[in-house]
Amino acid sequence: MSMRTGRATRAGQYLALTGYLVFLAFPFLWLISTAFKPARELGSLHPTWIPRHPTLDNFRQAFDEQPLLQAAGNSVLAAVSAGMICVLIATPMAYVMARHRGKLSAAATGWVVISQAFPFVLLIIPLFLILKNLHLINSLAGLIMVYVVWSLPFALWMLVGYVRAVPAELEEAASVDGAGRLRTLVSVTAPLLAPGIVATALFAFITAWNEFFFALVLLKTPEKQTLPVVLTHFIGAEGAADLGPLAAAAFLATLPSLLLFAFIQRRITGGMLAGAVKS
Amino acid sequence: MTLATPAATERTGGRWSGGRWPRQRRADDGRGGERAARDRATWFLVLPALLPILVLSVGPLLYGIGLAFTDAQSGRTRSTQWIGALNFQDLLHDTLFWDSFRIGLLWAVGVTVPQFVLALGLALLLNENLRMRWLARALAIIPWAMPEVVVGIMWRLVYNPDAGILNETIRDLGLGDGRDWLTGFGTALPAVIVVGVWAGMPQSTVALLAGLQNTPHELHEAAALDGAGAWRRFRTVTWPALKPVALSITALNFIWNFNSFALVYVLTSGGPGGRTRLPMLFAYEEAFRYGQFGYAAAMGCVMVAVISVILAVYLAGRLRGGDDK
Repeated sequence: MSMRTGRATRAGQYLALTGYLVFLAFPFLWLISTAFKPARELGSLHPTWIPRHPTLDNFRQAFDEQPLLQAAGNSVLAAVSAGMICVLIATPMAYVMARHRGKLSAAATGWVVISQAFPFVLLIIPLFLILKNLHLINSLAGLIMVYVVWSLPFALWMLVGYVRAVPAELEEAASVDGAGRLRTLVSVTAPLLAPGIVATALFAFITAWNEFFFALVLLKTPEKQTLPVVLTHFIGAEGAADLGPLAAAAFLATLPSLLLFAFIQRRITGGMLAGAVKS
Repeated sequence: MTLATPAATERTGGRWSGGRWPRQRRADDGRGGERAARDRATWFLVLPALLPILVLSVGPLLYGIGLAFTDAQSGRTRSTQWIGALNFQDLLHDTLFWDSFRIGLLWAVGVTVPQFVLALGLALLLNENLRMRWLARALAIIPWAMPEVVVGIMWRLVYNPDAGILNETIRDLGLGDGRDWLTGFGTALPAVIVVGVWAGMPQSTVALLAGLQNTPHELHEAAALDGAGAWRRFRTVTWPALKPVALSITALNFIWNFNSFALVYVLTSGGPGGRTRLPMLFAYEEAFRYGQFGYAAAMGCVMVAVISVILAVYLAGRLRGGDDK
């Protein structure tokens, strides 16, 4: 901003910003600190910010206590499949919604908004019964189906924005050259959409990677469960927990989505703004 | 849900109104064939997403509403009976449910309002030319990208009565011994609300920041030249431009918060003594611990009804505002 700002105002702004930084950062720093502390320091009545004798024991113990590798494998499988299937089926529909403003687009947009407001109990009970009849309870296939549909609204929302950003004139030019509509879509529009499609797929991946409620209800045995569900097993029935391994496992579970999110954050922001402003 | 025919699109006059779809080559024998081919292509593009939506989202939702009028239970051999509004009558007298409903509303307001105020403050700060801006932006990503389960676990570590940093800070400052935040009857709800604010603030901040960057600079500078102070500039220039975004995220956040589950499930599982039992936790227990599918579905319906009222108020507000489209 080009306006001059008084010195006192600036000082106040920095003070406020520092407050925000502390509020945002301290739980996360505490998680990391706890993850690297040896059991002896965790038991101490006067915990310290920085571990005096940092150790990787908690990570080893975490892998010993719970099937973390298997859970991570399940999470990767569910999230990758959900992300890929989601954009595969959402991109063509988003294309129609963006270019072909009719009743379908209006209905789809309305559904996108309404689906954000579902209390998931109302969805999960029938889904549970349906998947049970299909023998897809305790199966990642069933969970992936749910994740695909669950990330579709926001995926459509993002993708419609990306399609609108591609000038329709380019497609018209291709059609003048005699290309059919599908060929136009595949050879002209899709390459321009590619970055947006990748961002949407990554977003669907993160959504599925982080999801807990559906996984909790649909996956029964530890061999099938995803990372967030297995993490809750570290917290005992009485709420008692082995803090070190709990922190270590939680920290590891965050890394993939954190890294991916940093990578696509700008694009998500753009999609969100488009949704908030234009809807 | 009907597919738009080319005739319908022609009327809407969109950019890609019927006649301007890329034409098929001469192989098409006249306009009728061309139109049919266009319809087929549209179906071909839309069905892969539409079918799953209908089967796994719209269908189950209607099924769920239907279940609310039955005595459906898990693991029972007798067939499910249609019982009319009996579940709803029972719900009316279920004080535990209304307790959880009240807690849900308290939680949703308690999270949404501070979330918005704090997010607006941070967005305004990040919109200024400050030196630590990049760091704040980077940090703001963390809560947003974290699995809710991890957020819950992380704050359990913070709130831990002995090994947690919160009580240690309180002890260091000489303010007493601290307490067991998540299991105290009076402190549990405020404690989880703080976590809710922390977890949802970044998303609102980013949306508001993007909204701020869309407000015209010239207006701001003109107002400043006219001698308007910071508060007047905010009220007359920034806020009107920001209002649509602010309304949207507040309504959505309220709904999301009212429906939230994972965070509180991990933090307190609804305890102590039901003091943090949000409606979703209550319905989840009813359905998957006690197997009362019909009754839990009825709870879901009541939640939808409340949310619909909120959505309607919000939409009416937007329509009346009429400044965005």
